[in-house]
Amino acid sequence: MIALLSRDLALAVRAGGGFGLGLAFFLIVTVLVPFGVGPETALLARIAPGVLWIGALLACLLSLDRILALDWEDGSLDLLATAPLPMEGIVTVKALAHWITTGLPLVLAAPMLGVLLSLPVEGYLWVFLSLALGTPALSVIGTFGAALTVGLKRGGLLMSLLVLPLYVPTLIFGAEVARRGAEGLAVSAPLAMLAGISCGVIAVLPFASAAVLRINLR
Amino acid sequence: MSIWDYANPVKFIRTADHILPWVSGAALLCLVTGLVWGFFFTPDDFRQGSTVKIIYLHVPAALMAINAWLMMLVASLIWIVRRHHVSALAARAAAPIGAVMTVIALATGAIWGQPMWGTWWAWDPRLTSFLILFLFYLGYIALWEAIESDDTAADLTAILCLVGSVFAVLSRYAVNFWNQGLHQGASVMRAGAMAGDTEERVSNVFAVPLFVCIAGFVLLFVALVLLRTQTEIRARRTRALLARERVA
Repeated sequence: MIALLSRDLALAVRAGGGFGLGLAFFLIVTVLVPFGVGPETALLARIAPGVLWIGALLACLLSLDRILALDWEDGSLDLLATAPLPMEGIVTVKALAHWITTGLPLVLAAPMLGVLLSLPVEGYLWVFLSLALGTPALSVIGTFGAALTVGLKRGGLLMSLLVLPLYVPTLIFGAEVARRGAEGLAVSAPLAMLAGISCGVIAVLPFASAAVLRINLR
Repeated sequence: MSIWDYANPVKFIRTADHILPWVSGAALLCLVTGLVWGFFFTPDDFRQGSTVKIIYLHVPAALMAINAWLMMLVASLIWIVRRHHVSALAARAAAPIGAVMTVIALATGAIWGQPMWGTWWAWDPRLTSFLILFLFYLGYIALWEAIESDDTAADLTAILCLVGSVFAVLSRYAVNFWNQGLHQGASVMRAGAMAGDTEERVSNVFAVPLFVCIAGFVLLFVALVLLRTQTEIRARRTRALLARERVA
């Protein structure tokens, strides 16, 4: 499983297009928002946590295609399925690799981009923390969506439609934590819900993804 | 004889043929009675005026939108556990009906909301969770349409339905947390109201035709699901015959 993880990471870094793309997209969204809503500092500061969360979510959505589609095309997914690894393990490693290549850079970049949106000082920690807690859930849910649509031609659009409603709870609680943190309110309740969603999703959803992948490889 | 016998498509079609006229007749009777009674023979509400009458479409449609997903969940579970094809086809048949019910609930809600709240749409928990439910229906239907192999599609959509149900419930509470509402709380099916507490319930003048309408929508849903499931079975049979002809 570690070999699979390092292979996926190496592929993402060397094959190009995947690793930096999510980050670049995140940057684009963040830069475009002030142009769209105007450069008023107070307004930007108020919407900054939400914008950072939406940007991270869209960047994540953009890169979901790469989790399984390439392996499906060149047949390595079939080899992985026959390897002495449980399918649940494979999808978990895939999700982990996606999180390390997409989610983790987003988490690290978000405070930096917060400067561009004049995020209040109190908000940095909470934006960072909420994204660090929430993006693993985004990766795991996204892997489920990717597994559902892996065999389909032009499955990307369909996958966005399938994954979007599943992302709603994570987005609500994540953005709520960031918003309350930036405004200096109590964050414990949404933080607990966010952590609960992440843990629950990581614990349960790989089984669904593995079942779906087994059906698709049948 | 057990209920699983109806998982046999031939038997299902024959039984459905027998039941269908009765169910659709009863649905028609209930709907006509309920709607005519509701629209023309109930007094105007003292505060909402005549706009209150849209309740006879809004509440039953909203109820059915949720219960259709529930029925799809049960049918999907039956497909996963016992692999009866009729069950998977019934889930497939129910999805567009549920989606339409969601649209009716959203549209009548908007039409009702405009004069009452002064806005067509508000990001209220109940409204938002219905919009999300509509997205779930769209994704479910799109996945069915996108996959060519019937059994694969049935398996994948069944798992999507299961996962989606969990997330639908989660979203319901998440949006509650996210924003406080404009929409009123439950006032038709309340424990207190059932026990005879008249303070916070819909008055009997409105409630009785409303229950007739709800019965009508339930019967209509059953009739449509039976009809659409029959159609799905026949369509699949046609495809099998055509495929056999091409081989021969």
